[in-house]
Amino acid sequence: MPGLTYAAVLGGCLVSAVWLEPVLRVGVLRQWRRLLLTLVPVAAVFIAWDLAAVAAGQWSFDPGQVLGVWLPGGLPLEEVLFFLAVPLCAVLGFEAVRTVLARGRRR
Amino acid sequence: MSYTVAAGVGLVAALVLDLVVLRTRLVLGRVFWLSYVIVLCFQLLANGVLTGRGVVRYDPGTILGLRVFHAPVEDLAFGFALVLATLATWVRLGPRPT
Repeated sequence: MPGLTYAAVLGGCLVSAVWLEPVLRVGVLRQWRRLLLTLVPVAAVFIAWDLAAVAAGQWSFDPGQVLGVWLPGGLPLEEVLFFLAVPLCAVLGFEAVRTVLARGRRR
Repeated sequence: MSYTVAAGVGLVAALVLDLVVLRTRLVLGRVFWLSYVIVLCFQLLANGVLTGRGVVRYDPGTILGLRVFHAPVEDLAFGFALVLATLATWVRLGPRPT
């Protein structure tokens, strides 16, 4: 039986960070090409690490808590999305800190 | 290679990427660390759920066994490397400081 735990965690991460785009106008999603050029290579490296770790038996995923979409190498779909969602949240947080600090300086 | 060793290698590789390869030097500044502390809070929460509920399970032989909010301490290095590699790449692709 598939489950929603991992998907809910990813959703929670995105909800926690995406509001920064409209509210603080950090302009991260607007720079989608720069964002893609950042996320894709980083995700590729960490997915490769993940695949190697799973192949070596260092960690595994509970089939009862993921959606049930399994990718080659034994990664659930959520695990791949994790490596896009977390870096996106990091960039949004970083630009939010920059924006707030810059506004403070102008005052 | 155990997860402990791999996490250490990943941590050093991310620092080399930031300081030497991309020369973004984020770890020497304030903005990165303020952002990292915020991201870390969410990471501990999200990772705590994933590891505490057993969504991800670790082979006890590949980790030190020291845990922070259910997650193996190695995950902190993994997460740090992920965030630093991302932000260094993002900054390198952005406008040059004038």
